[in-house]
Amino acid sequence: MSGPLLEVADLVKHFPQGHGLFRPGRTVHAVNGVSLTVAPKETLALVGESGSGKTTAGRAVLRLVEPDAGTVRFDGVDVLAADRRAMKALRRRMQIVFQDPYGSLDPRMTVGASVAEGIEIHRLAPKPEIRARVERLLGEVGLEPAAADKYPHQFSGGQRQRIGIARALGVDPAFVVLDEPVSALDVSVQAQVLNLLLDLQRDRGLSYLFIAHDLAVVRQVAHRIAVMYYGRIVEQGGRDEVLERPRHPYTRALLSAVPEPDPAAQRVRIVLPGDPPSPTSPPPGCPFASRCFHPARDGRCAAERPELRPVGPSLVACHHAESTWETPR
Amino acid sequence: MTPLLTVDNLRVTFPRAAGPSTPVDGVSFAIDRGERVALVGESGSGKSLTCLALLRLIPNPGVIAPGSSIRLDGTEVLSLEGEALRAIRGGRIGLVFQDPMTSLNPVLTVGYQVREAVTAHRNMSRAEARDRTIALLDEVGIPDPAERADAYPHQLSGGLRQRVMIAIALAGEPDLLVADEPTTALDVTIQAQILELLDRIRARRNMAVLLITHDLGVVAGRTDRVMVMYAGQIIETAPTARLFAAPAHPYTQALLQSMPRLTGPVGRLVSIGGSVPDPTAWPTGCRFHPRCDRRITPCAGEVPPWRAAGPGQEARCWLIEGVAP
Ligand SMILES: Nc1ncnc2c1ncn2[C@@H]1O[C@H](COP(=O)(O)OP(=O)(O)OP(=O)(O)O)[C@@H](O)[C@H]1O
Ligand SMILES: Nc1ncnc2c1ncn2[C@@H]1O[C@H](COP(=O)(O)OP(=O)(O)OP(=O)(O)O)[C@@H](O)[C@H]1O
Ligand SMILES: [Mg+2]
Ligand SMILES: [Mg+2]
Repeated sequence: MSGPLLEVADLVKHFPQGHGLFRPGRTVHAVNGVSLTVAPKETLALVGESGSGKTTAGRAVLRLVEPDAGTVRFDGVDVLAADRRAMKALRRRMQIVFQDPYGSLDPRMTVGASVAEGIEIHRLAPKPEIRARVERLLGEVGLEPAAADKYPHQFSGGQRQRIGIARALGVDPAFVVLDEPVSALDVSVQAQVLNLLLDLQRDRGLSYLFIAHDLAVVRQVAHRIAVMYYGRIVEQGGRDEVLERPRHPYTRALLSAVPEPDPAAQRVRIVLPGDPPSPTSPPPGCPFASRCFHPARDGRCAAERPELRPVGPSLVACHHAESTWETPR
Repeated sequence: MTPLLTVDNLRVTFPRAAGPSTPVDGVSFAIDRGERVALVGESGSGKSLTCLALLRLIPNPGVIAPGSSIRLDGTEVLSLEGEALRAIRGGRIGLVFQDPMTSLNPVLTVGYQVREAVTAHRNMSRAEARDRTIALLDEVGIPDPAERADAYPHQLSGGLRQRVMIAIALAGEPDLLVADEPTTALDVTIQAQILELLDRIRARRNMAVLLITHDLGVVAGRTDRVMVMYAGQIIETAPTARLFAAPAHPYTQALLQSMPRLTGPVGRLVSIGGSVPDPTAWPTGCRFHPRCDRRITPCAGEVPPWRAAGPGQEARCWLIEGVAP
């Protein structure tokens, strides 16, 4: 098979916010025209700071929130045009592991029942065989068969994240949105879960949309990287290209903020001033302009929004992406 | 010269029907004036309880066990009462918590909360207290401090709320600032802002900082010394550069190896099998032995002594050949 498994174009999701007594209703511009592709067996990482719209984009792709505009094609099928029946079939092949390992499992359901749920909904196994299938899945994510009879609160964060993964894998998907699957975990457990995700991709040929904010984590698992800022992709390219030749100043700042334990590799830290603009009042120009430190920044940045365009082998949304400068080491 | 803070054999216990649990079990360390020390460990290792113990804030029904000692400038904190204890809490020792949303009062303006901390330890006029509050908000880098003082916590971003927490902790002019995961709830770019701010203030005030974190990456280049905690005990301490260059304890080594990095090989990471043990059932001998792939005969049965492993570096591990310090 050639061509992408998932194709997303110009995806938009705005959240209307209720109006108060003294203020008019406002709109949160969570996702503002995101385009991306994921090939079979590929991992695309979606990175960016809190509130940049990563989770909303991931959910909109699966229609867990209904996008306002854009197109989503999965394996040639127009996802946003799919009716209920077609959507049910799609849901089996497109799964999600949620950001919060504590909140995403029903506390009143045994782990076995949680993992079996999708299998039952999609009638993927006859009743008597479900238990065996659940135990096999739990084994695949490194849990004992007896885990099936326990409740979520009896497990650690890392174990709950594994349960979430087993649940998503139960329906045998081709594509999984992994929303910050390791952000809440300790380093030693984080390594276990990342290794598990790599093994599952290899063994099952899975495609991942891997949402994260830590570029060092992303480097271990991603083939390509898309950097989000303020609801938009500001840089997208191959893993090594983005990490070794970041072209957007925000990507540089994110890279410099990665905690680096190796004193020999100590870089100059770029500390960004301030916060991103309010999500309810987008500035007319580049949304990063208020925090930008690019030596070539000018009046155009505040006035005119840069489009995502090819710069070298990457895509970059910056008026000055061509003018290279040394980030001091 | 005596250290600013000396903690000796600190033990925190919680009574249980099945016998007490001891989540902090024999912790000893010292911090000098102006020193930057990190306490690093995974979730549940006992970091927060150690900080809370310094201020005698262990939640009920927990207690600091007899035989523990915490001396600040030679004074035994564990025997202080009333006014003398209050002079330490939020006075000589300032505390910044992990989650500013739960530790700030949502119905009071941030200016009010900082001012309360300012006047808690000193008598001053209203005008003086106001000026001091605004000066503190300014010191922690809050833009338009006079205006922001009237904001409620929910009206500020996570990064600004954490700055308010730091202002409150600084209000009593502490000699020691204890920061319990001050940036864990924040994302990387804001985390970098806060850590830089803490270090600038520390240098200006010559205050000591105890930085608690589960992320070894954030301590590099920002602390003088690191203490690694595992299962209620400190198992290694070393100058920061030394710890990264030549970690001595197999647990520290494994932690460093399991960290994803921007350089070096990509793909599968080195991982530590199993998980952090529970304080109701600490393993015998070396508490890391069930997860250690280099364990030898004495590890399971006998508690390893402290051994010198390098300049300023000590670790509790039977594999280390060094002499007892
Ligand atoms: N259901 C909702 N209603 C209103 N606003 C929302 C909703 N969900 C998200 N938002 C807003 O949309 C923006 C993007 O949020 P989103 O959760 O997608 O960001 P994120 O990049 O995943 O952040 P994080 O790293 O914190 O998870 C934020 O401003 C958020 O407050
Ligand atoms: N009030 C309590 N009652 C009983 N046990 C407690 C209590 N508070 C903490 N503990 C236990 O003490 C141990 C250490 O807790 P502590 O909060 O100090 O860990 P920590 O190292 O700060 O972890 P984290 O990184 O998750 O904050 C944990 O196993 C915890 O379950
Ligand atoms: Mg999110
Ligand atoms: Mg803690």
